[in-house]
This record gives sequence, structure tokens and C-alpha cells, in this order.
Amino acid sequence: MSHPLTSSKPADTIGQLDKGIAAVEAQPPRIGYVERLRGFGGDGANLRLLVLIAILLAAFGLVIGEQLFSAASLQSMAYQLPELGILSLAMMVTLLSGGINLSVIATANLCALTMAAILTRFVPGSEGAAWVLIQVAALAAGFAVAALIGLVNGFVIAYLRVSPILATLGTMTLVKGISVGTTRGNVISGFPEPIVFIGNGAVLGIPVALLVFAAAALPLAIMLNRTPLGAAIYMIGSNERATRFSGIQTRRVILKVYLISSLLAAVAAIVMMARFNSANASYGESYLLVTILAAVLGGINPMGGFGKVSGLVLALVMLQIISSAFNLLNFSAFLTLAIWGGILIAVAGTTQLRQRLRGG
Amino acid sequence: MIDALRRFSHSHEARLLAVVLTLGAVLTTATPSFLTLQNLFDLLTSYAFLGILAAGLLVVLVAGGIDISFTATASVAQYLALSFAKAYGLGWAETFGLAIGTGIACGLLNAWLIESLRISSIIVTIATLNIFYGLLVFVTGGQYIYALPDWFSKGIWWFEFVDADQIPYGVNLQILLLLLAFTATWVLLNRTTIGRQIYALGGNRDAAGRLGFHVFGLNLFVYGYMGFMAGIASLAQAQLAQSVAPTVLVGRELDVLAAVVLGGASLNGGVGTVLGTVLGLALLAVMQNGLVLVGISSYWSQFFVGLVILVSVSSTSLTLRRRAGSAVA
Repeated sequence: MSHPLTSSKPADTIGQLDKGIAAVEAQPPRIGYVERLRGFGGDGANLRLLVLIAILLAAFGLVIGEQLFSAASLQSMAYQLPELGILSLAMMVTLLSGGINLSVIATANLCALTMAAILTRFVPGSEGAAWVLIQVAALAAGFAVAALIGLVNGFVIAYLRVSPILATLGTMTLVKGISVGTTRGNVISGFPEPIVFIGNGAVLGIPVALLVFAAAALPLAIMLNRTPLGAAIYMIGSNERATRFSGIQTRRVILKVYLISSLLAAVAAIVMMARFNSANASYGESYLLVTILAAVLGGINPMGGFGKVSGLVLALVMLQIISSAFNLLNFSAFLTLAIWGGILIAVAGTTQLRQRLRGG
Repeated sequence: MIDALRRFSHSHEARLLAVVLTLGAVLTTATPSFLTLQNLFDLLTSYAFLGILAAGLLVVLVAGGIDISFTATASVAQYLALSFAKAYGLGWAETFGLAIGTGIACGLLNAWLIESLRISSIIVTIATLNIFYGLLVFVTGGQYIYALPDWFSKGIWWFEFVDADQIPYGVNLQILLLLLAFTATWVLLNRTTIGRQIYALGGNRDAAGRLGFHVFGLNLFVYGYMGFMAGIASLAQAQLAQSVAPTVLVGRELDVLAAVVLGGASLNGGVGTVLGTVLGLALLAVMQNGLVLVGISSYWSQFFVGLVILVSVSSTSLTLRRRAGSAVA
């Protein structure tokens, strides 16, 4: 993986990759700070999101008043954001590589059920070291299930060359089928204290779930921006064939993409089951399309190759502000859904129009 | 004729047909309740909703697009049509006109957004799914409609006949609409100029544009057609359920996609047939029906559906690659 093209290339320059490898080789190797700063804005996506957030805060602040910024309101936002956030990260990695993972929710639910089954069967009645070990083992089992699903997805997509949308549509149905079949649609609930704490506890006032989200988002951002694997993911998303011809083993990279996506779904599973103190085959299904919505809103190109974790985080914050404000205003959650859809079209539409105006 | 048969025997449809027939033969020997008129009529009736939508989605996929929003479109169409039908005493024609009109309007909006903003169709339709669905439940408060017009609750019952066990059969609304949807789609794709243009558009959009095809107009037609089918399907479903529930249809869009894709339609456009879609749907229907008849808990049916999808798309991909030869590494 230590290919000269990928080892030292910051992700910002990957943006120019879609014209092919020749263009990359013509790139100067060092990037100045001004470009870096401009790079944070991406193609202006982050800047636009920040402006949108500011406008929303001002507007909602005027209508709702201080209540929007009260500690309770901020706390509830911080508790709600991580679930959708981590699932969106899982979706985002695959979108960057030019793929998609429709099985994120199904994976998260099967992981949660696996962990829940172990926790509820063995934890009650155990003490001391065994009590701790069983909980660790339960989490490990969840991640093992996720890894298996991720490898199946990756294998079918990278080696059998099935289009990602079809492959993950299949695994989504299959994995949910396993969850429904084994539990007969029932809920598994009642977890030990430490697990519940992950979903509902706080450290120094910061919800643990938010810390978990940060612990997933930061390494992901570093991996995408600073490692050969990250660079390879962006390159594959821009032009898979050119990337293969440049000597990168694209199949292995794609396999890793779906493995990472699945493992992130397992992290989301922990947060979800901890928050509800239960697991079920069909929790959070309405999140599936919303994760794509959040990612695209955050400037991730659904065709692959472009987008940043920072953009996704900003988009999540924006969606959460709208949702919380509407909640405070006593509007229906379904109106929030409609507004999210409208904003997606507005943001994606203006991005396209600007690009067309600039590109001629 | 022989040439056509030989070509058919190598097609995706032929393999599907073989699988469906084998499955049907196994089920016929395994359980006496499979190959009965009653079971087949029940199957057709209960899969009509998915089937009509699949016919519409097939056209969108052939044109190189995708639509996720049709379940929301159907929910809006059925709610509007049937609440107006009850309130203003509308008849068949007006009610269907209203449902179809609503569907077409939603479809045209999709096409307009996709073409004028040049956003990918999957993103636009995910957004419009949320908009249609969110607004519908917000405005209606998610309330079910149980009070349907009498003539609608009764439905239709044509060509009635009675079998040896005195069980009556007939063509009901669902079966009639399903047949109409597939026939109309077959005629559209195989016997009209617009149909050929849709294949061309899906095969190569730029080339179609340069040939002088009206790409924007074609897309308006294609998404409008999907909306049309969503309108029809919504009434078939409401008649079967004897109620209108704004929240039960959304979430089934991927089931429809699975059926069409099993039928051999490509997400890249330009490929797909009505026969394939019918067989893809038949495979799903016969398999789920068979599992229940054989006595496997229906909790496991989704697992088998997933397995079939995965095996099918993998084997299709492998055959395509083998056919493409060693040119592609």
C-alpha cells in the first residue's frame, strides 16, 4: 500500500483526481496553508453549511427564544445526534468509494441483538471479573458479527463485481431476516448498568454517546485524510479503473471499506441498544434513507470521490437543530422529515447549479 | 422462430423461468394446497400492489433512472382520492382520475427536479419521499380512513365461476389492475416509439440526446408513468386493505426494487423486460408462499428472500463477466 502516489497525498488534492492519474502526477507535491484553509470549505460546502446553521440558529432563536439554547435543550440534542451520526459515518465511507451500504441499519440491529442476547443470558447472576468479562465478550461478539457481514458485502462487491446497491440490498434483507427469524420479532431488553450508561450517562456533562461518536468520527477523519487507505478510497470513488491501473489493489481497498462501514454500524448498535435499553430486529429503519440524506447534505458526492467527515458533522448538527427546534415548537416529527427533504434538494441543487455556472 | 427460442434459452428470463417452474413443481409435489386455483388467485391479489409498482419502476430503471419515492406518492394519491371520494360522492372514474393525477403530478415534480437541477435521481427521490410522506402525515395527523364509499368497498367481481368445491372465483380489482399494468408496460416498451427511445435513453443518454431525442420530455414521461402506476397501485392496495393508512406503504420501496432487479433490469439503464419483472415477482411470491405452505415459520421468509437476491445478483454478475470474456481483468 505504500505506493508513491498515495502515501503522501493529502485528501484535498484528491479532488482533482477525476481527470485521471496523469493530472495527479502533474500536481505539485506541497500544499500551502491558504489552500488548506480553503480546503476546509471543500468546494464551499462546509462554509455554506455553517452559514445555513447560523441562519437557522438566528431564526429559531428569534421564534423560540432562550429555551433553544438552554442546557436541557443542548443536552437532549447531544443525546440524539450520535445514533444517526454514527450510522451516517458508516454510510459515508461507502459513498466516498462510489458505493453505498443499504445494510447499515440491518447490520446494527443484528449486532445489537447478538450483544443483547449474550448480555441478558449470562450477565444476571455473574459477579466480579466474570461480570466484566461477559460484557466485554458481548461487545466483541457484536463486532465479530459486524465484521462477518462487512466481509460478505465487500467480497460480493469487490470480487464478484455486483453493484453495491444490489449486493447490500441483498445482505440487508438477509441480515434482517436472520434477526427476525431468530427473535421472532421480539424485543430483547434489560442490560447491565455500564451498557445503559453508554447511552444515557454523561462524563463532565458531556453525554457518553457523544464521546463515542467523536471516538468514531475522529479516527475516521484521520484515516480518510492522512493515510494511504483513505487516499485510495477517494481515488476509487473518483475513478476506480484509473486507480487500479495506478497499481493500487482496489479490491482489497473496497473490501476494507465495507468492513469499516460494518464495524461503524456495530458502534452505532451499542449506542442504540444502550439508549433504548433494548434491541429489536427493526429499530431505526427509517434512519436508512436519512443517513444518505445527511451525507449528501454534508457535501459527500453520492457518486463517490468527494466529501469530508467535517461536512457530515455540520450537516448532522443542522438536522439536529431543525429537529430539536421543531420539537420545542410542538411541530410534528413528520414535518421535520419533510423539511429535511426540502433542504437536501435546496443544498444539492445549488451545489450543482454553482458547479455548472463555474464549469460552463 | 427456432433462432428466437435459442436466444431466449440463453437469456436471464429463461433461467428465471426455469427456477420458478422448478420451485412450482417442487411445491406442487410437496403440498396439495399450492397448485390450487384459490391459492393462485390469492397470490395474484396479494402481490398486485408490488407488481403494479414494479411495472412502473421497470420503466424508470430502463430509462437509466431510479425512483425511491413511489410509496410516498402512492400514500398521498390514495389518501387524496379516497377522502375526496367519500366527501364529494365521486364515482370510479373521478376517484381513479384523482389518484392517477396526483401520482403523475408527483412523478413530474421528480423528473423536473432531476433534470433541471441535474441531481442524481436517487438523491432527488429520497428527498421527495421524505417531503411527500412527511407532509402527508403532518397534514393528516397520520389518521386512518375506514369510511370508504360503498361501491369502492365492494370492488368488482367479474367473470365469476364456481369450482367443484363451490368456491367462487372471479377477476377482482387487484388482478384486473395488475394485468392492465403489465400489459400497458409491455406495449409501451415493445410496441411504441417512445419505448424504443426509453431504451436508447437508458443505454446512452448522450447519444440519445444527440440523435435528437427529447431527453427532458422522455424523463417527464418516465417519471410520470411511475407516478401513474403508483396512483393505480395505491387504489388496488386500499381496496384490498379496506382502509387507507398513510404510514403503511412507505418502507416497501426496496421490496419493489428487489423484484425488478431479480427480473434482470439493470441499475445502469437500458436493460430490462416486462417478462423478467413478472418472473422476478413470481419468484418472490411463489417462494414466500411456498415457505408458508411447507410449514416454515413466516418469520424466516425475509431471510430466504435475502438469500435469493444475493445468489441471483451474484450469479448474474458472474455470467455477465464470463460473457464479457477475458478482455476485462
